[in-house]
Amino acid sequence: MNYVFPNELHVTWTVMIVLYPYITGLVAGAFIVSSLYHVFGREELKPISRFSLASAFVFLLFATLPLLMHLGHPERAFNIMLTPHFTSAMAGFGYIYTTYLILVALEIWFVMRCDLIKRAQESGFLPWICRIVVLFNYKDTPETREADHRVTKFLAGLGIPLACMLHGYVGFLFGSIKANPWWATPMMFIIFIFSAIVSGISVLIFHYFIVSRINGWKIDAACVRSLARYLWAFMMVAVALEMMELLSIAYEQTEATDVLGLLIRTKLFWSYVVLQFMVCSLVPFIMLAVTALFRLSDRVAYALIWLSSCMLLAQVLLMRWNVVIGGQLVSKSMRGFTSYMPGVWEKEGLITAAVIFTLPFGILYVFHRIVSLFPDVEKEGIPPHGV
Amino acid sequence: MPCNDSISRRTMIRRLAIGASGTLLLSIFPKLSFGKEDAPGASQTPAKKRPLYAYAVDTSRCIGCCACMRACRAENDVPEGRFRTWVERYRVRANGEALVDVAAQDNFVFTEPPAEDIVKAFFVPKLCNHCEKSVCSQVCPVGASYESPEGVVLVDQKRCIGCGYCVQACPYGTRFIHPETHTAGKCTLCYHRITRGELPACVLACPKGARMFGDLHDPLSHLSVFMKQRRYRVLKPEMGTHPKCYYIDLDLEVV
Repeated sequence: MNYVFPNELHVTWTVMIVLYPYITGLVAGAFIVSSLYHVFGREELKPISRFSLASAFVFLLFATLPLLMHLGHPERAFNIMLTPHFTSAMAGFGYIYTTYLILVALEIWFVMRCDLIKRAQESGFLPWICRIVVLFNYKDTPETREADHRVTKFLAGLGIPLACMLHGYVGFLFGSIKANPWWATPMMFIIFIFSAIVSGISVLIFHYFIVSRINGWKIDAACVRSLARYLWAFMMVAVALEMMELLSIAYEQTEATDVLGLLIRTKLFWSYVVLQFMVCSLVPFIMLAVTALFRLSDRVAYALIWLSSCMLLAQVLLMRWNVVIGGQLVSKSMRGFTSYMPGVWEKEGLITAAVIFTLPFGILYVFHRIVSLFPDVEKEGIPPHGV
Repeated sequence: MPCNDSISRRTMIRRLAIGASGTLLLSIFPKLSFGKEDAPGASQTPAKKRPLYAYAVDTSRCIGCCACMRACRAENDVPEGRFRTWVERYRVRANGEALVDVAAQDNFVFTEPPAEDIVKAFFVPKLCNHCEKSVCSQVCPVGASYESPEGVVLVDQKRCIGCGYCVQACPYGTRFIHPETHTAGKCTLCYHRITRGELPACVLACPKGARMFGDLHDPLSHLSVFMKQRRYRVLKPEMGTHPKCYYIDLDLEVV
């Protein structure tokens, strides 16, 4: 045992390709939260609706960066759109991504137009930018607001299938590789969509608690508890889907079953069995169930919800790692495994990954400096006011 | 007075529009156009069909000398640690366990001491299978991987973006990302040689004639004759890639 084809000693898709589906997942999940308010009228999510939309936008801006870091010839990246080869699943990426980016940008523009107009009246550099962004049209009446609202609702509705397409497509990229037994399953794109929603809700909860704490804002209990219930529901479906996939592999007993079983028991034991399932799925499941089913004080419930969001963020990252890297560890000879350990300082190393993942949060802060992402927030013990 | 057979302005415009849309359609769907016949080499007479190159490996003849690997490396400037072709050694123990390895280092010489209880041993050369339905060409997002008119799967180094999707998609592990050019690398069947009528370097270097190359469209070619006389199979037929690399006397152990 343990024979790998000689070209498989080098793992082609590195931690950058782990990060790429992770970031697009955050986009899809955050967007769906904003649509729950804009389209499905979940009023309790209003305090976080702008923040979720802006989060989706900034993560979307950075979704292609890991890909560009990975490409051997990033200067030819636009050829995917200029000279696409439509038999390839990857050829559609540029179009889906661009369409979605335009849609999210438009929705943000309509959601924040009246605030941008207010900001544009001030003097300084940022207001000057705002004037350009609103296209020098400062008309803000109940009629224009109503029109903005209608367009927002339409775009948010249109965005849901697009968000599912964007991330389902990422899952399809892996699921359609018939040469790789760990990837090749039609379930892959569904698993990716649900894990995307889990990661998106998690990042919003995680970030909302942090910014509220830093700014001394009062947490909106209804909003957070509602988000936690959604998170609980979606994480159950996501984990159940993955378990069903695992069950299928074990039950079908194909020629790949032995090698995949060995992969799970050896190479992926810690990252998949212990960390992804036992720690980062089971523990948040219990914590979220407790917050949803029992009456807890806000303080305890918040602690459990925040901790769950952190662990589920890690769970989805681990899931991406186990899919992308795990799939490449299995030799196509079906006789063994290769190994991979990301470098720290190299082009596709851990530092680069950390910087790419942190950048959207910085941009989000700049965004917030221009137009408030939490207009309805109230300070703890202080009457409500605008930020 | 206008002539009876003159064309009205409306008719003229309509005909022009039909002509323009027809041209546009034909340019969008080139397979519908007559350009197929105009492709380079297609003007040959029916008696002399364009060659369809294929490859065969007689595993019973391979002695594991790896001269083919050295020849390939010298001919194609293959980078260290990457392989366009390699030779696998299979040693099957009495209990049925198969030990598989490859001479990837030390000038491609099998150096490991023989294991005990070996009841069967053989060598299997591997290379790109130049599949009829090559999945690597299918998944290339920019069309840099393609099949030549002679059935050889090639990579356009000036178009490849180095995404590595083809590396993942190839069921046979024959592709790699070149560490210097950052593009996909693979066996080209020595395209620069075969288009001049020469043999691929590995075929030329094999001292036992275990590697064979030829034109399937030529019924008298060495390969065509050989394949009519021997039983053969392909690797991973369940992948539906229809490989054009045929293996003679292939053991069940080989994947």
